[in-house]
Amino acid sequence: MSWILPPSASTFASDIDFLYYVILWITGIAFVIVEVGLVVFIVKYRARPGRKAEYIQGSTKAEVIWTAIPAVTVVVIGLMSGGVWNDVKGRNSVPAGAIPYGVHAQQFEWQISYRGPDGQLGTGDDFTVRNQLHIPVNQPVVMRLTAEDVIHSLFIPAFRVKQDAMPGMTIDVWFEATQVGEFEIACAELCGIGHTTMGATVTVHTADDYQRWLADRVAAADR
Amino acid sequence: MRRFLVASSVFVFLGCGGGDGGSGGGAAAVDPLGNASITGAISFVGTAPANPTIDMADEPDCEAKFTGTPVDPIVSVSDGKLANVFIRVVGGLPDGPYPMPSEPARINQDGCLYSPRVIGAMVGQPIEITNSDPLLHNIKAMPTENRPFNISQPRAGMTTTRRFNTPEVVIPLECNVHGWMNAYVAVVDHPYFAVTGADGSFTIGGLPAGTYQVEAWHETLGTQSGEVTVEADGSATLDLTFGG
Amino acid sequence: MATTALPLEKTTHATHEMSFVRKYIFSTDHKIIGIQFLLMSFVFLLFGGLMAMMMRWQLGFPDQPLPAGQLLPETMAPGGFLLPEFYNSLVTMHGTIMVFFAIMPLLVGVFGNFLIPLKIGAPDMAFPRLNMASFWIALTAGILIMAGFFVEGGAAGAGWTSYAPLSASPEWTGVVGGQQLWLVSLAVVGLASILGATNYITTVVNLRAPGMTWFRLPLSIWALFVTAILVLLAIPILSGAAIMLFFDQTIGTHFFDPTDGGQPLMWQHLFWYFGHPEVYILILPAMGFVSDIIANASRKPVFGYHSMVYALISIAFLGWIVWGHHMFMSGMNPTLGMAFMMSTMIIAVPSAIKVFNWMGTMWRGNIMFHVPMLHSVAFVSMFVIGGLSGVFMASPPVDIYFHDTYFIVAHLHYVLFGGSLFAIFGAVTFWYPKMFGKLMNPLLGKIHFWLTFVFYNLTFFPMHNLGVGGHMRRIYDPSQYEFLQPLAPLNTFITVSALLLFAAQIPFAVNFIMSWFNGEEAGENPWNDNGLEWIVPSPAPHGNFAEVPIVYRGPYEFSSPLVEEDFLPQTRKLDSDTEPAAASAAE
Repeated sequence: MSWILPPSASTFASDIDFLYYVILWITGIAFVIVEVGLVVFIVKYRARPGRKAEYIQGSTKAEVIWTAIPAVTVVVIGLMSGGVWNDVKGRNSVPAGAIPYGVHAQQFEWQISYRGPDGQLGTGDDFTVRNQLHIPVNQPVVMRLTAEDVIHSLFIPAFRVKQDAMPGMTIDVWFEATQVGEFEIACAELCGIGHTTMGATVTVHTADDYQRWLADRVAAADR
Repeated sequence: MRRFLVASSVFVFLGCGGGDGGSGGGAAAVDPLGNASITGAISFVGTAPANPTIDMADEPDCEAKFTGTPVDPIVSVSDGKLANVFIRVVGGLPDGPYPMPSEPARINQDGCLYSPRVIGAMVGQPIEITNSDPLLHNIKAMPTENRPFNISQPRAGMTTTRRFNTPEVVIPLECNVHGWMNAYVAVVDHPYFAVTGADGSFTIGGLPAGTYQVEAWHETLGTQSGEVTVEADGSATLDLTFGG
Repeated sequence: MATTALPLEKTTHATHEMSFVRKYIFSTDHKIIGIQFLLMSFVFLLFGGLMAMMMRWQLGFPDQPLPAGQLLPETMAPGGFLLPEFYNSLVTMHGTIMVFFAIMPLLVGVFGNFLIPLKIGAPDMAFPRLNMASFWIALTAGILIMAGFFVEGGAAGAGWTSYAPLSASPEWTGVVGGQQLWLVSLAVVGLASILGATNYITTVVNLRAPGMTWFRLPLSIWALFVTAILVLLAIPILSGAAIMLFFDQTIGTHFFDPTDGGQPLMWQHLFWYFGHPEVYILILPAMGFVSDIIANASRKPVFGYHSMVYALISIAFLGWIVWGHHMFMSGMNPTLGMAFMMSTMIIAVPSAIKVFNWMGTMWRGNIMFHVPMLHSVAFVSMFVIGGLSGVFMASPPVDIYFHDTYFIVAHLHYVLFGGSLFAIFGAVTFWYPKMFGKLMNPLLGKIHFWLTFVFYNLTFFPMHNLGVGGHMRRIYDPSQYEFLQPLAPLNTFITVSALLLFAAQIPFAVNFIMSWFNGEEAGENPWNDNGLEWIVPSPAPHGNFAEVPIVYRGPYEFSSPLVEEDFLPQTRKLDSDTEPAAASAAE
């Protein structure tokens, strides 16, 4: 029953997680104040013989305080969020030199395309793998996300990546993995009968392993 | 009043008996029209195109059912014989009604492939689709003349029975969880059809004597036609060839 | 603005006898219509709850067949095991039924109808026959939506949000008629809502009794009034979008189909432009009832009555400019994300104001913990949780992780169930005497409250943790994902709690039905409340008031220094009171 986010493995994950913990603390404090306050009032002001309630209409001072403090708090959270949002999803957020991949979402598979030896995505020497994304570690990558039929959503929890795949649009999703290993991909938008089976895997390789894997795949595609 | 009730009940029961038996069950059985049969073999001449391999890395339960790399048997040729060809009589038949095949048509989802790949069914004949894999398959049928459907079978052993009520050659079946899974259901308004096995052979029986036009269909190689005459209670051979 | 209450003799049918059918079935009496909505909504609450139980069974015990599942047809649950397409239908229909056929009619159809004329001093609604039509149209829509389960292909299965292109073509869902019936049903129930809203607004503006100025209206009426304006503005947008989607499904248009120039994103904009005001429609009346009940129980005026009114209005107003927070991940321009983030953050403020004012009302009160008050305090405590969890999603980068996870499911259930439904239980208990002339049994009421409160929190609080673990929504089989497998025990725990929560509603149902026949006779004013409804007999008679009531003060004069009793009804005249001007009683 944890409030701690699962381990992450991408560069911007820590920024997102930090925001989460800030909000967790702030809302946690507000939660305690209100709930404890309610319990105290329930006990302290319960009806007992001989007591009378106080005829109080309100307090302008109180209204100002409990308007201003929440207002300032949420505005601060908003401003803190803005920077991270711009870094992750902004118009110019994709780092220069990010390796492009095609991610085509369809009922109920992910078709991942890799650029072939010519180094260009979208040319004849590209090859496609079903449900497997292989990327090198410590290297920005960008998914050119498309959808064949209905709205799907590319969700990689460990990288704190999520982006809806919209038919008719190509959306760039960038991230940079910081650990070698295998991580899960899920579809996060109801897309039909097989929505539950749209799992896939990201394998993060060392730079050398990645080149070896690529070479193997290119050779296999040629055969 | 009593007489009226008795009389009207009789009319009601009479009316019920002759009703539409379209979706199976109610129609009276029809005797075979004859005992003649058309037999033959479908051959393939030339070099068969290579069938694509299937990446089943993500489906170990299916991959385990194959000894080598799984291949999608689109053009299945062995010893010059072509499998998965749907053959039917297209002309020369007397008018119906025609006898319904006694067994349902069956198609299996096994090893993340539809097998058989091609089946024939008569209008109204039950088609049983079974999942033999311990994972989710869906069956999406996209006919143009019949009602489409899209249903799932999440567990091994599950069977769904469907019927098509309008002739249509051919209705594609897909599984969307495994995009390579394709099958074809040919729906005909008579039972004079067959699908070739690995040895390319076929037999169409129960025919009266006559001359028949026959068409063979393959999912990528197109169609081939022929004509054959059979004697009553006899058998005639028709061989057709698809080229590479 | 002039306000005239029509003289009673011109508006009541008190002088002639009506048949049973005219009196109780095709009735134009707002109170009977309110009770009709109440019975209809309880039936749909039951249906929606059953659907949730089936979904929870699949998530908690996927390897066990659903108990009595063999009764379901093969197309839904062969051998008692739910099919994924049926699960998607359950997800869709649970949400749709709870929003449109349970919560909305309970808040707006029941209490809008029952309370408004009584609490403003009017004999009935401005348009009684329109009011009757509104109920029968809503019931028709309810039949249409359930019909989806009985057609080939099953009920709608694209989520209550019905995103296109999934919802636009049977090719993607396997659902044909069910998806179309869903749209038609929503358009029809939308019409019922629009008719109702027109009635409520006209009635509140024109039929207030002399002396019932705007700032003497109880907060329940303010909330219903503001909600009615939201309904009038928001529902037509849904109707329009539904018609466009229906055309895409049936006559070959491509509004939402990108292959022919359409835009799937447009559906989302249209739906949420309706959908966000809709969620405020689903909470504001509850906030109004809770204000009335807390003041009554605390024997104190509502703290900051004017602020509470302005907070209601600002929530309603701001609710129009936050819809994009449902679409942060949709692929819309990220700069829009920033704009919607700010407006969403700001809308937290008036809600916070209301929470503090409720607490202020309890502060230094002399609180009676009758059953309606129990539910109202629970409302405050759980609405706070729901509101606070919303802050996470208001931050777009944090929403990257939480969008479409169980964190959102937790959030929405805390505000809609922890909030609205608890308020509804409280309001039903509070106004039951005026509806039926009997009091609901307090012991059963307390048992129902505590069981519901405990099992409710055991069911929905852990969903926050599922979300933190990354558990997606609308997932038939979480075991497909390794990262979700450790959460399976939590899913089972939630399911067991949910089943107990469902069972805990039995005392309420028993109480409701039994009290109708055997309950303790309620007097005119069993809660010693100040509102106008408590000066008429229980149950309230046809025509409501024997003579036009005159209002001398606001609704929350509890523990007033002017009198010895701890309440001072709005219509009680003290020597110090002056008569309001008869014709222009407003302002």
